[in-house]
Amino acid sequence: MINYGIAILLLPLAAFVTQIFVGKRLPRNGDWVSIGAVTITFCLSLAMFGVMLVKYDPDFVIDEAWQWFDLGSLTVHLGILIDNVTVVMLLVVSLVSTLVHVYSTSYMEGDPRYSRYFAFLSLFTFSMNGIVLANNLLGIYMFWELVGLSSYLLIGFWFEKNSASDAAKKAFLVNRVGDIGMFIGIMLFFTSTGSFLFSDVFAGVESGLFSTEILTIAGLCLFAGAIGKSAQFPLHVWLPDAMEGPTPVSALIHAATMVAAGVYFSFRLFPIFTPTALIVIAYIGGFTAIFASIIAVTQNDIKKVLAYSTVSQLGYMILAVGAGAYTYGLFHLVTHAAFKAGLFLCSGSVIHAMHHAYHELHDHESDPQDMRNMGGMKDKMRTTYLTMLICTVALAGVPFTSGFLSKDAVLAGTLSLTMHHPEHFLLVVFGFGAALLTAFYMFRLVFMTFYGEPTRREVYDHIHESPSPMTAPLVTLATLSFFLFFTLPNLNPFSDHGWFTTLIQAKDSVVPGHLNPTAHEIAEGMHHAHTPAMILSILIAFGGIGLAILMYLQKKISADDMAARLALPYKLSLNKFFVDETYQRYLINPSLAFSKVVAFLDWELYDKYVINGLGKVTEWFSRVVGIRWDYNVLDQQIVDGVGRSTRFFGAGLKFVQTGKVQNYLVWVLVGVIMIYVFQAVS
Amino acid sequence: MVGLNTYLIIGAILFSLGMFGVITRRNGVAVLMGVELILNAANVNFVAFARFGGMDFTGHVFSLFVIILAAAEAAVALAIILNIFNSLGTVNIDEANQLKQ
Amino acid sequence: MSFNILSWLVWLPVAGAITILFVPRDKADIIKWVAAGFTGLQVILTVVLWMNFNKDHVGFQFMEKASWIPSFNISYMLGVDGLSIPMVVLTALLSFLCIFVSWKIDKAPKGYFSLFLLLDAGMMGVFLALDFFLFYIFWEVMLLPMYFLIGMWGGPQREYAAIKFFLYTLFGSVLMLIAILALYFSCGRTFNMIELVEIAPTALGTLSWWGFSGLKVVWLLLFIGFAIKVPIFPFHTWLPLAHVEAPTAVSVILAGVLLKMGAYGMLRINFPMIPDGTVWFAGALAVLALINVIWGALCALAQTDLKKMVAYSSINHMGYVMLGMAAVVASGTQHGSNSAAAQLGMNGAVLQMFNHGTITAMLFILVGVVYDRTHHRNIDGFGGLASKTPIYAGVVALAWFAGLGLPGLSGFISEAMCFLGAFPVYRTIVMISTLGILLNAAYFLWSYQRIFLGKLNEKYANLEEINGRELFTLVPLAILVILLGVYPSPMIDVMKTTMAHIVELVQVSPLLNVN
Repeated sequence: MINYGIAILLLPLAAFVTQIFVGKRLPRNGDWVSIGAVTITFCLSLAMFGVMLVKYDPDFVIDEAWQWFDLGSLTVHLGILIDNVTVVMLLVVSLVSTLVHVYSTSYMEGDPRYSRYFAFLSLFTFSMNGIVLANNLLGIYMFWELVGLSSYLLIGFWFEKNSASDAAKKAFLVNRVGDIGMFIGIMLFFTSTGSFLFSDVFAGVESGLFSTEILTIAGLCLFAGAIGKSAQFPLHVWLPDAMEGPTPVSALIHAATMVAAGVYFSFRLFPIFTPTALIVIAYIGGFTAIFASIIAVTQNDIKKVLAYSTVSQLGYMILAVGAGAYTYGLFHLVTHAAFKAGLFLCSGSVIHAMHHAYHELHDHESDPQDMRNMGGMKDKMRTTYLTMLICTVALAGVPFTSGFLSKDAVLAGTLSLTMHHPEHFLLVVFGFGAALLTAFYMFRLVFMTFYGEPTRREVYDHIHESPSPMTAPLVTLATLSFFLFFTLPNLNPFSDHGWFTTLIQAKDSVVPGHLNPTAHEIAEGMHHAHTPAMILSILIAFGGIGLAILMYLQKKISADDMAARLALPYKLSLNKFFVDETYQRYLINPSLAFSKVVAFLDWELYDKYVINGLGKVTEWFSRVVGIRWDYNVLDQQIVDGVGRSTRFFGAGLKFVQTGKVQNYLVWVLVGVIMIYVFQAVS
Repeated sequence: MVGLNTYLIIGAILFSLGMFGVITRRNGVAVLMGVELILNAANVNFVAFARFGGMDFTGHVFSLFVIILAAAEAAVALAIILNIFNSLGTVNIDEANQLKQ
Repeated sequence: MSFNILSWLVWLPVAGAITILFVPRDKADIIKWVAAGFTGLQVILTVVLWMNFNKDHVGFQFMEKASWIPSFNISYMLGVDGLSIPMVVLTALLSFLCIFVSWKIDKAPKGYFSLFLLLDAGMMGVFLALDFFLFYIFWEVMLLPMYFLIGMWGGPQREYAAIKFFLYTLFGSVLMLIAILALYFSCGRTFNMIELVEIAPTALGTLSWWGFSGLKVVWLLLFIGFAIKVPIFPFHTWLPLAHVEAPTAVSVILAGVLLKMGAYGMLRINFPMIPDGTVWFAGALAVLALINVIWGALCALAQTDLKKMVAYSSINHMGYVMLGMAAVVASGTQHGSNSAAAQLGMNGAVLQMFNHGTITAMLFILVGVVYDRTHHRNIDGFGGLASKTPIYAGVVALAWFAGLGLPGLSGFISEAMCFLGAFPVYRTIVMISTLGILLNAAYFLWSYQRIFLGKLNEKYANLEEINGRELFTLVPLAILVILLGVYPSPMIDVMKTTMAHIVELVQVSPLLNVN
């Protein structure tokens, strides 16, 4: 198994390296290298999955660590952790990745940087597998940043567009904000336990190395990383912008896998979260879920709707973690990965068709992603329409789909939490409110895109169904949106019991002092909340769908009327609650201005006046010393004074100096006689 | 009795004569002769001290040394004077003042 | 030992410089190849040194000692340990590569390359000298060629920059000289560093000058002398100017090697010789490190001149080194006896010194590449170059991401080690300084976007791609950056014994073990 894990990790990396260096010279620009690598990865994951099913052991785990570096007093280990969760995650990542690779061969055809694109995709797959396989905090952090890098590269893939390069930069920086928190959390844990390994950290927490306050702070710091990566409020702003990247990328990275890494990370860390931390997490998740779905309702860009929908669904998963139903958060992650990737790929198919239609009409102005330009496409794009409908139904949480089961479980968890702690009733409101809005905006999307009259007939005439490399993944993902794949061997569409719930079971919290309910207590609570939650969620899903039908299919209620009546909420929603603008005005601009001030202080004031001033003072001082004192006084008066006086005396004495030796001799004689006389006298 | 004083007085007279010659004469050769007289005055003193002052042979050796030195000096000095005569046409040392001008 | 490898390392470049003096002025190619040959030989020697270096040996190896000025007890003494060997390797490698970076120098190549080799010898000498007097001489020897290299081959403001650099560093040297003499006279008249390490910690204790503790004064004098080289805020303003005005290769040496000398000096002299001073000042050092990190990053963010931005990034990155060094006190009982943290910080600091050397060298070489083609460095004056020069953009991306501390590249692990080491002692300071990594990312990504992304600036439609010679200078550095990023053990193994020893030496300070 461990060899499988290593192979899964390294194959995409090898593909990346090959593509970067020789990709352009290979036939077909080397896309088969990347596709081959991820396909093998997928097969290996499938094999591991098979092994897992055969073993059917909830406690199956392989945890192996290798020494990374050794300081004598400290040895740092990194390693691989394979348990059922890892296997499931690997399968999800490699499956979606493979499908997206295949889809991209057609979607990205003819792009000048085709091989580069596949290189980046492989890099992403490598990094994502790294997150899933890591058994330690530092390893996760490292791959965490690497997925950030691949995300940066892929969002900015069409970097000629300023919006794309802006979005790429924004994604990286916003993620870094979360990563800083995560790094501080890692430092807090490392300082006390001296290890990055999950096992050591958990053992340290269990043995009471941390006070509850520190544990809360440290846990929330780590969670900050998840806030960034999983685009939770207030760091959600990067994800909608990230839609500037190619659509398959959005499907893979910004819907199915990378953004879910935050959820996966929270899942792994669940045992060390204190009750306070969990409540904060639940509120962040719940608020994000409702907040993003409110925004999604008014967006007109097909990918923006899906992006906010992703943010909202990630909020659900985080809410599940916070509510203690964290295995169901992961369950939602897995089901969501399939249908959300499907939705993105469908929207990609639509955009692809629109783009080609515009291209044939030589229209380079219109936006192929604006739903107001679409309409009635269900007859032209049969497969896309059907698959998208299935995925939408799944996302809306209609029975018989996977989304119904997972969302229902999340809502049950939330309801159970509120039953025990009625003061947190808002969480339930958030949860069910978001479910209503999700059903509504998803069907709004479907109706605006595929139903009604086409806005421009000539465009409509040029719409064609996408080629099979694009539709095949759609069909696969739509198929996977049915409940059956997640509940086998159980066939009851209203119960989530199956291989997933058997193999992935909640663990007890390791926080000392029994502050958190045990896994058993949580399961018990959920069991009680299950039926009301299910009934409510079915009602709500159909309510949302019905509303969408009334407004966008039958047009019984005018959307414009509603917008006018709800002017303020509408404006807020349409403008995404002005979060970006607020950041720009109150955070980014002041920071940039501050940096200018600092640079000014540094260069124009400090350097020019203080440092150069010191030089100037020295120069002035040297001038005073050198010219006024040294030259004027010392040299001119004293030294030259000696000279001048000498000259004065010399002028007087020069008459003595005849230059005749004989005269001198006379003086010598006189001198000798004088000495003699002097001696004689004394 | 001819004592040390006699020799010293002779030496002093010789020295004074030589000094007089060196100071007053303008002729280079005459100045040279004055110098010789001074040297010889010294010689007389050396020998006298050797005889009466307990200098033993050192005095004799010194006077011999001085005689040799005087000979050498005379040779060099005469050569210089000859050269001065050749270039200036005179042996008057007051006129050999090129360095001063 | 019959083959004095260290002396060879120091004197080989001098021999090269002399050889160049005998080459006729107009034979520029021969001059360059002679320079390349001698520095190449030096690189081979350092590889040999590395191979034969005993990693587990505490203390110096390959020692050479000869009496030089016996009346003042000055000797010619060289040696290498785990602290200096990474620096020696770095110096040799960068000097060699810089010969190729300067290949296009056509103004008086004879003078340029001979001065360059002299500079190389001076740097090598500083890292190898074990006699304080010799150390000081090499320290000054290196200053002179630097002055001429900046002043004659630099940019438009070269004279100003050269004078400023020279005076600033000389000011530091003078303070250092005072401290050296103080140590000399108070420790029984010896310049021998190994003896000083044994004598100084106790000998300085009672020293008092006009009511000031002599120990602190000496520590501060040495510190300021080294801080100017690092540079530590507020002694840093010579750096952007000198870097911007210097020719590319000289900037590389300045940032890659010269800055390391400051930190090296502190680790070699301040820390083991005056542990009490180190403990006394460690908190302030951490604060200065924080200022360096944040201040440098903010200044870099505001720059419009690409080279100046990279120069400020050096200030920012050297802040991490200081932070790691401040962690040394973690080993004392006063700070929790966390000797693992102390070693993490110290090893991180030296690793960061090496990594910053390679990364910043790449950054400066890359700036030089684009400057050679466009003759300006205004970040806003480019735009969309990635579509014209993909290979160049790729290499820049590698260097830029290494600079912003991307995991998998060498900068990350050393920065992380510095943070992790300092964290147990300076919790708040480290937390604030992690903001530096955000600002780091901000200025690198923002500049990358403005230069390479977006629509191609029509002015550069005919921009040449990076050529083979330039790639040759970058590839070894890139390999090191990736290799050490993925697996830092080889470097850490070499230095950990020495660093553990230095931590022990500091730990003897009674100040550190007050309960």
